[in-house]
Amino acid sequence: MEIRPILSAMRRNKVGAVLIALQMAVTLAILCNGLFIVEQRLSLSERPSGLDEANVFVLTNQWVGNPADLKARTQSDVAALRSLPGVVAATVTNSYPMSHGGSSEGVKLNPDQKESTAATALYFVDEQGLRTMGVKLIAGRNFNADEVMDKAGFDIQVPPTAIIITRLLAEKLFPGQNALGKSVYVQFQKHLVPIVGIVDRLQVPWVQGDSWAAGFSENSTIEPYHFFANYSHYMIRTQPGRLASVIQEAQKQLYELSRARVLEKAVPMLEARREAYKDDRGLAIILIVVCTALLAVTAFGIVGLTSYWVAQRRRQIGIRRALGATRNAIIQYFQTENFMIAISGAVVGVALAVSLNLWMVSSFSMARLQTGYAFIGAAVVLLLGQAAVLWPAIKAASIPPALATRGGA
Amino acid sequence: MFSYYVNLALRSLRRNVVLTALMIAAIGVGIGASMTTLTVFRAMSGDPIPQKSRQLFAVQIGNWDPQLKRALGGDPEGLQPQLTYIDSMALMKAHIAPRQTAMYVTGFALTPSNPELRPFQVQTRATYTDFFPMFQVPFRYGAPWTAADDENHADIVVLSAELNDKVFGGANSVGKTLNLDGHDYRVVGVTQHWSPTPKFYDLNNNQFGKAEEMYVPLTRAIDAQMFSWGNYNCSGDIGDPGWEGRLHSECVWFQFWVELPSAQSAARYRSFLSNYASDLKHAGRFDWLPRTRLRDVREWMDKQQVVTKSARILVLVSFSFLFVCLLNAMGLMLAKIMGRAADIGVRRALGANRYAIFSQCLIEAGVIGLAGGILGLVLTALGLWGLRVVLSEEVGRLTHLSVADVSIAVALSLTTALMAGLYPTWRAAQVQPAWQLKVQ
Repeated sequence: MEIRPILSAMRRNKVGAVLIALQMAVTLAILCNGLFIVEQRLSLSERPSGLDEANVFVLTNQWVGNPADLKARTQSDVAALRSLPGVVAATVTNSYPMSHGGSSEGVKLNPDQKESTAATALYFVDEQGLRTMGVKLIAGRNFNADEVMDKAGFDIQVPPTAIIITRLLAEKLFPGQNALGKSVYVQFQKHLVPIVGIVDRLQVPWVQGDSWAAGFSENSTIEPYHFFANYSHYMIRTQPGRLASVIQEAQKQLYELSRARVLEKAVPMLEARREAYKDDRGLAIILIVVCTALLAVTAFGIVGLTSYWVAQRRRQIGIRRALGATRNAIIQYFQTENFMIAISGAVVGVALAVSLNLWMVSSFSMARLQTGYAFIGAAVVLLLGQAAVLWPAIKAASIPPALATRGGA
Repeated sequence: MFSYYVNLALRSLRRNVVLTALMIAAIGVGIGASMTTLTVFRAMSGDPIPQKSRQLFAVQIGNWDPQLKRALGGDPEGLQPQLTYIDSMALMKAHIAPRQTAMYVTGFALTPSNPELRPFQVQTRATYTDFFPMFQVPFRYGAPWTAADDENHADIVVLSAELNDKVFGGANSVGKTLNLDGHDYRVVGVTQHWSPTPKFYDLNNNQFGKAEEMYVPLTRAIDAQMFSWGNYNCSGDIGDPGWEGRLHSECVWFQFWVELPSAQSAARYRSFLSNYASDLKHAGRFDWLPRTRLRDVREWMDKQQVVTKSARILVLVSFSFLFVCLLNAMGLMLAKIMGRAADIGVRRALGANRYAIFSQCLIEAGVIGLAGGILGLVLTALGLWGLRVVLSEEVGRLTHLSVADVSIAVALSLTTALMAGLYPTWRAAQVQPAWQLKVQ
């Protein structure tokens, strides 16, 4: 294909060519940054919580007033839940992953440290806690029943007798070493507590993309407590397939034990996940829609402008056909022309994409764009141009050679 | 002349329906995308109380060791957005501002009088009587409680319209009682529907969520040992065990607002705050001089970063998209106008001057802009509906088109179309009549 005539023809339509190239450049910049964010948010929303999500649900309980026999009431609730058919295990807890509410604190290796070594979320559960959550213990052991202390609300400070932490928290506290058996300062850094177990993963309660806890989302500490408070959560794990029936039965049982309470709607973990990541997934959907619309607009812009060029050059095309150019040669002419415009657009676009990303890195603390995305974006834009130019090019190729001999357009 | 040009424009647009439709679609889609995100952005960053946003101030006191790295939950300066119980009470007692209130969010279990019905949760704001006039809460029945009620730790409540509808079927409930956590509280007032967005006076949780369903005197809530349902942040030490220990700890959980009608009173309050802070240091509570801040509503929203990262990203993306649409429309308009170069040449030869050609083409661009704007508004409505479907309810509350949004959309689309039309129009005005006629 001869490039020189294309170049000289383009020189007569400078502005049009520049407009198309610029459009493709900006499209590419938005496209690859958009897809990058989509990928990030989707993978964020698919991170495992560590729980056996399909079979775990939570019932949030609030007592009317502050009954004096809080402990006895909580114990009989838990006992009733455990005895329900289809229940594998149950525990009372202060919080759960993806709930968006809970406690966190700092862990220190020695008491004089000013800054803590790592931030962590706290989960208070009894000896059935690990089994209820369905978390995977990868080292050490579960709590023994005699290690579980009473904890009435948040005010009474009874230091935990032992803790189980997540793998990533262990790595953060003791990089390159085995954390099992070591002791750390928790409970506002006053007490040295041994690490008796390590679980593979257990997320903190705050998991959304914009969350303040994004820096320590895999750092959790499980502490052995019988937690009883005016406001607490019952976590229940069921046998596979029995979630719905156990939810119904559990609510009925608890209300039979006492009506002086508020039971919030039961939250299956899969639903908690949907709710927790709704805005992240929503952002991904919006970006996909915008990127699709963007590609469509750019494509139609190319169709429109190329059609105009075809119309403008009807006579010249007719002459070329009369002089022996094949239909394919005409189609190829427009395709090559578009390709040249697209290449220059892609070069500018990749530069634009990278600078847009760098700007977002500095102002939104976003991750760096992977180079793969820029190449995918460039390829998409080039293909889009070729596809869009095809229809006007075919129309151009159908201009009859006789047009040239007749004169007049 | 103008109507003649509009007529000409319409005729010219009808001559090439496909190009016209493409241009209108490009502008419409661009406006639709950018207005959808801009509406949410404006709702997030908008002034929730424009009449008073320069007179209401949030108070901050740096009671945490400034040596600590940026504390979790703190603002960019490392200051916590909330105060301790001790400081809140001291500022209430000092009573320097004409109006002030400490407050926190908590909740009750309400037991309905009908024994058939189950108890339910009522999210409640514990505050002082000044809250209602400060934030201009409108009342349907009754009135705010009095300053004496605050002092007497009275067991009274103000209901939101929604809760009053739910419990009393919307009837005047002033004087009736509610069983809250096993204790009777008397209703003194019912507000009208009121829920500023964002909830600027407490941005800690659900900043775009609804206002609380009920209000109770803070003095009473503290007596009833009601925990904070919002953020409760401690640094280093959570204090002695028990409720008293909690009250005397350095944990922060109170929002504190003052109303200062003039610049002088604001300056006075600032110096009062810094004196208060240095007194604390002298009294030995801290071995650092606590920083103090007084920020009005707009500064407060800015410092607390109300607009989410996602919203900023979306605005950026959609305005780049609008830019692509602008380039697109410009290309198409260029094609359209230059396709009629001969036509323009004839008109020039018949005596139309450059200015006339320029205005004719620009009016054509304006007509396209208007049509694109209307399409854009339809797409914006569709886009906002889409946002309500895919985003959480909290963010969904921000997706309502205001009159201002509509006028922005129209202005934006006209600007876009005129910008797109400017260069092609200029080119049209450059057409040489003789040259065009020769080609014919």
